[in-house]
Amino acid sequence: MLTLTCPYCGIRAEETELSPGYEAHLKRFGPTSTDQEFEAYMFARKNPKGVHFERWRHTYGCGKWFLAARCTATLEVFGTYPAQVSQPPADIIAAIQKKRPDWKGTA
Amino acid sequence: MSRYSVFAIAKQAINHHLGWERAWRSPQPKPAYDAIIIGAGGHGLASAYYLGKNFGITNVAIIEKGWLGGGNTGRNTTIIRSNYLQDPSAAIYEKARSLYETMSQDLNYNVMFSPRGVMMLAQTHHEVRGYLRTAHANALQGVETQFITPQRVKELCPILNIDGPRYPVLGALWQPRGGTGRHDAVAWGYARSCSDMGMDIIQQTEVTGVRSEGGSVTGVETTRGFIGCKKLGIVVAGHSGQVADMAGFRLPVEAVALQALVSEPIKPCMDVVVMANTVHGYMSQSDKGEMVIGGGTDGFNNFTQRGSFHHIEETLRALIETFPMLSRLKMLRQWGGIVDMTGDRSPIISKTPLTNCFINCGWGTGGFKAIPGSGWAMAELMAKGEPGPLAEAFNMWRFKEGQFIDESVAAGVAH
Repeated sequence: MLTLTCPYCGIRAEETELSPGYEAHLKRFGPTSTDQEFEAYMFARKNPKGVHFERWRHTYGCGKWFLAARCTATLEVFGTYPAQVSQPPADIIAAIQKKRPDWKGTA
Repeated sequence: MSRYSVFAIAKQAINHHLGWERAWRSPQPKPAYDAIIIGAGGHGLASAYYLGKNFGITNVAIIEKGWLGGGNTGRNTTIIRSNYLQDPSAAIYEKARSLYETMSQDLNYNVMFSPRGVMMLAQTHHEVRGYLRTAHANALQGVETQFITPQRVKELCPILNIDGPRYPVLGALWQPRGGTGRHDAVAWGYARSCSDMGMDIIQQTEVTGVRSEGGSVTGVETTRGFIGCKKLGIVVAGHSGQVADMAGFRLPVEAVALQALVSEPIKPCMDVVVMANTVHGYMSQSDKGEMVIGGGTDGFNNFTQRGSFHHIEETLRALIETFPMLSRLKMLRQWGGIVDMTGDRSPIISKTPLTNCFINCGWGTGGFKAIPGSGWAMAELMAKGEPGPLAEAFNMWRFKEGQFIDESVAAGVAH
């Protein structure tokens, strides 16, 4: 069972308290964008086997959305952070690189 | 290949069963093939089989990372049905279902297809309207289904509680020729026939790269060296995104875990398949007597083949409400598989940006029932280089065009 720490209320919440929200840091495209941009925003997903950044909502807690860095191949959680950022913060990147030295991706 | 028959059994019985040959060969890979299919699951093997049977292309290798049929083919709940709302879905799933009818004879391998009937319960008024619409659509598509009353539901499945407190049964969509099959036997039967046609099934060999030149594939790098090919088919379910990445294109696919479980074996109590989509659980009884149970997918990207415990609880809670007699039953085993979900919950059988590379993926939670139809359509696509009528609508560019085959809305849940 996944356990994520909500960055707002600091509670170590287990999965049943949370709702998953799939890939984080998607750039929104609207009516003025090209077809390619809109398709990519709507449907193209990284779906990595390894380090993944994703959205979670503390549904049965504070109700707020936050972001998590997690490994999809091992279910290991590297850290969670508030959702008001467009890139993962440096401390999360450092935590991932410490455990996955050969990881090259970013969000 | 010697044929399986009652005479073969008698002959082997006299010889103390020492003369059975292996069902398929395990050859060394050749340097090159006319076609390579990555993934020896049901869909990959069926694609290879129909390449040989329908198009005479037999210089084919099927490359498998693990052992054949060891992924989702051996992990599903074996339900076969074709009562879909959208025309392209109904066409390919009905093609598959009709091929299942004669598969044991075609392959000379008993796949235990059991057309015992599939019942999809309507437990809200919304669902009643939805299934009435599906029944009408099926009538136009030539798929035999009907909407039946709660009384008929009770007759067909007496252990079902039709007046539960939360979601009483208001009717059901009944497909009398749907049912179940033996999942491993489907893979084994196709593998045996493919091997007999001279195809090489190369197990325990992982594809690590796709080599291409000027926009077309020249072969694949594997853990046993480079293997050349004139055509490449990618049929790898959960890892479709990873293999597509090696080939240099992206897919609108996300991998999530789907779990299933079986109970301890009990005496025969249910001779139909029941799906309850509002509470989200489905169940049938295996020939061994186990209740085979499935539910919804987990909600996050996952490649571990194990899912969350609370999903098991949700599925069982739903089924105990529908089948109160289950409440004392012990669950024997539970497992998970990695399913590849597309944006519209319909599969992709498509050309790719590489001219001689084709992909068959995105079957999500409902792939087993489609195996023969999917293989049929994929073989046509690979042999001709253009999709036939079954595959046409399932191209990967439909997401850009907005031409979805929207079964997620039609089914209300993953299907």
